[in-house]
Amino acid sequence: MALDSTSRLQTLLHLLQYTGLSVAIIVIWQGLFHLGLLNPVLLPAPSQIALAFWDLIKSGDLPRHIGISVLRVLEGFGIAAVLGLGLGTAIGLSRTLDRWTDLIIQVIKPIPPIAWIPLAILWFGIGEQSKVYIIFLGAFFPIIINTIDGIRQTDHKFVEVARILAVPRFKFVRQVVVPGALPAIMTGLRVGLMVAWMCVVAAELIAASSGIGYLIMDARQLSQSDVVIVGMITIGVIGKLMDSLIKRLESRLIRWKVAFAGN
Amino acid sequence: MSATTASNLTIENLNKSYTVNNDEVVALQGIDLAIREGEFVAIVGSSGCGKSTLLRIISGLENGYSGEVRIGGKRIGGPGLDRGMVFQEHRLIPWLTVEQNVAFGLNGLENGRRDTVVREHLELVGLAGFAKALPHQLSGGMSQRVAIARSLVNNPQLLLLDEPFGSLDALTKIQLQQEILRIWEVERTTMVLVTHDIDEAIFLGDRVVIMSSRPGTIKKIIPVHLPRPRDRSSYDFVQIRKEIYAEFFAEAEKPFAYAI
Repeated sequence: MALDSTSRLQTLLHLLQYTGLSVAIIVIWQGLFHLGLLNPVLLPAPSQIALAFWDLIKSGDLPRHIGISVLRVLEGFGIAAVLGLGLGTAIGLSRTLDRWTDLIIQVIKPIPPIAWIPLAILWFGIGEQSKVYIIFLGAFFPIIINTIDGIRQTDHKFVEVARILAVPRFKFVRQVVVPGALPAIMTGLRVGLMVAWMCVVAAELIAASSGIGYLIMDARQLSQSDVVIVGMITIGVIGKLMDSLIKRLESRLIRWKVAFAGN
Repeated sequence: MSATTASNLTIENLNKSYTVNNDEVVALQGIDLAIREGEFVAIVGSSGCGKSTLLRIISGLENGYSGEVRIGGKRIGGPGLDRGMVFQEHRLIPWLTVEQNVAFGLNGLENGRRDTVVREHLELVGLAGFAKALPHQLSGGMSQRVAIARSLVNNPQLLLLDEPFGSLDALTKIQLQQEILRIWEVERTTMVLVTHDIDEAIFLGDRVVIMSSRPGTIKKIIPVHLPRPRDRSSYDFVQIRKEIYAEFFAEAEKPFAYAI
């Protein structure tokens, strides 16, 4: 019994640690507003933001914009994941293919997806395609680079075991190389999804008539800073949810790995 | 048996050197060794004497040597299923279960037959109840048993053991030495064991090959004519141990006597 109540106390303490800072910031923020220290146009109070949030949900605008942005991310990220995993595996396995592709990957990788926006608009117009293209570019490189790295990290000791046992190449790739690369691949997918989510907002900020980025840009023109902040917080929360989802998938796929959890 | 017993493994004038920072380091020099079919040979030497390199050359993992290495009269050219190998670390694949690890080396068998072979080999090493376990759930000794099972699934003529018990605790080590002896008696595989444990070499080997280092050469081969299972504290065992110790510590122990 004593043990049970201690562990419940522990859980409560951890919950407090997890949420404490966010709650404190909101409380101080609201307090500053009541003391008259904040200009509501420049930085509206949390209560105003909550109200704006509620209005946007009631009118259905926020869910609609979220839906559109998420759909764009899923399309761009999906294409990036398929191509990144496929090409990454192929390049990771073949030194020749690596030599053919390394330079072009290394040069295109540092170009921010945002810098592609002018070309994307010229090529695809301001419709869905240009956004999906930008998102694809953002997600593709983290995925392909991590996949190549993961494949390359195959333990040489297992290569020797496979040689001794004359294991066919395909079986070796399927049973050793790919599962061994999975932690790196999952990292690539996580980073890729994060970048994709950031890219959709960036693309929508510049040229769009819908989506979370558009919502923010539209509100800016109308000086609705509360709506701007609602949009920003929505981006953050959805990004966090996506990350948690991939993390959960990761821990399900990689049961054998006993990760260092910090102290 | 007659004097012309078929020699399973023949090594003739084997030399191997590495280049380290533009300097040539001779790892093995003029190795001659013939191992009979079904024989258990233990190779002892201090670390860096090239004994593991010798084993790796026999396995086919290591190339770039001069001299002859033949199995059943045929020169080896790379790894082959006629040879199995157990490494110092178990090298089990962490995301495959015990039975998948054992089945890793089994190719071209239909599923039913494969399951039977895997089960038989897990029974052979006494781990039939752990088929579904993952490597991280096993102790060091159990992991090495799985590695032994994996190395035997293709019924190799020759099993190469590269310090397989080197990282185990003293008690587990003795258990596994008895185990490998039992497996050898059942399977009648030719065994080549590399170790730095002199007792282990005498306990297991029909012959103990002593190697000296830099360059790695065969210093002496000592036959062990003791019935098995061998008693590590018997007079004859201790005599052989003394003889082998003398090969390693002849020079080093004298100054120690002065100190006392």
